[in-house]
Amino acid sequence: MSLVKIAGLHKHFGTNHVLKGIDLEVASGDVVALIGRSGSGKSTLLRTINGLETTDKGELVVDGTALHDGKGDLRALRQKVGMVFQQFNLFPHLTAGQNVMLAPTVVKGTPKAEAQDIAKEVLLKVGLSDKFDSYPDQLSGGQQQRVAIARALAMRPKVLLCDEITSALDPELVSEVLAVVRQLAAEGMTLIMVTHEMRFAREVGNKLIFMHHGRIHESGDPKTVFADPQTPELANFVGAVQPA
Amino acid sequence: MLVQFSTWDIVRNLLDAGKWTLALSLIAFVLGGIVGLAILFARIADNRVLQAATKAYIEIFQGTPLLMQLFIVFFGLSLVGIDVSPWLAAAAGLTLFTSAYLAEIWRGCVEAVPKGQWEASATLALTYPQQMRHVILPQALRIAIAPTVGFSVQVVKGTAVTSIIGFAELTKTGSMLANATFEPFLVFGLVAAGYFALCYPLSLYAKSLERKFHVAR
Repeated sequence: MSLVKIAGLHKHFGTNHVLKGIDLEVASGDVVALIGRSGSGKSTLLRTINGLETTDKGELVVDGTALHDGKGDLRALRQKVGMVFQQFNLFPHLTAGQNVMLAPTVVKGTPKAEAQDIAKEVLLKVGLSDKFDSYPDQLSGGQQQRVAIARALAMRPKVLLCDEITSALDPELVSEVLAVVRQLAAEGMTLIMVTHEMRFAREVGNKLIFMHHGRIHESGDPKTVFADPQTPELANFVGAVQPA
Repeated sequence: MLVQFSTWDIVRNLLDAGKWTLALSLIAFVLGGIVGLAILFARIADNRVLQAATKAYIEIFQGTPLLMQLFIVFFGLSLVGIDVSPWLAAAAGLTLFTSAYLAEIWRGCVEAVPKGQWEASATLALTYPQQMRHVILPQALRIAIAPTVGFSVQVVKGTAVTSIIGFAELTKTGSMLANATFEPFLVFGLVAAGYFALCYPLSLYAKSLERKFHVAR
């Protein structure tokens, strides 16, 4: 039984057909890496999984909550799907703790004391329990991104989407964020990530998806796919991003 | 009957009239702010009809002189049988004028909140009102404070126009005094000083707010 099931998904931006029939199944505990050139549709695909991008046609089911041809209960879906962005998108007027507590209290009606406990727990998980009262602009990029991960985790999502979450970070801050993601994967969190960190995708991922021109061009176990690309496009891409 | 006006008489009368200018400014600003907030929500709502209607409202008030708006409120209403006092017409006209400008200023502030804030809060399953209340408006408010205070200066100066429909605020009183004393230069000099005394502190305050919130972000 798969946790995320996508079937025949199509999306247009005006006349531009960006997703041309995506079929994808993700099991609970899978760590999926989406790779491909810019414009291949990988970010769009990721963003359709919590309804940030609408779809024209096709089926999306996450843990029993379905969207048919882009229609369905978006808020129910979003409570099951967390997301972390390239630009962090923390709420600048709230402290780290308040950022994490907002959705549980407002969306789920969790009592404040309980939400505070949840916030402390998830901030501890990302190694920032001492930053509860810090505002985002007092934190480094890596710390902000870890708060963003904690904020998503506080809603107890079934699956976490990561959209190039290390791309906006200074090189020396990338590893602290990847360490958190690695730990989440080890704990059995289902992750779907768009990434340019090929080595990370190979180490931590158990499923690799190569997008090309709006289709899943090639997919499989990252170690075998990277070692032995079956299509010239993937071979080309792998060669371009990590010269041997 | 010939009455002699001392300079003190002039100042005293102007100070008295200045209270009306101040009262009218406050009423226009507060009521205009409330109406403007309603217009703002309609302007940014996910509803084409509301968007178009409020856009037209804003364009009309921004695209016509305040004087014409006052004429229409004052003479238009009496034309359909509703007799309005200059005071009521002035307050109503300035309120409408202020609401249109404030709604537009505030719309700009809401739109200045980065798109990522909408996306992040949507991803956390917040509803539109929840996004507005907890994420967007608190940030838009910070951005809005300085231009809003800055605009209040325009409202104060706008009250001068209501003298035309006979409302006895600072300017109207000034012209009556000028006619009676034959000292227009002195009287209007004092009138101008009165407006300056009201507006300059507001300008200074707006500037300091701007600096404060600029540094904070």
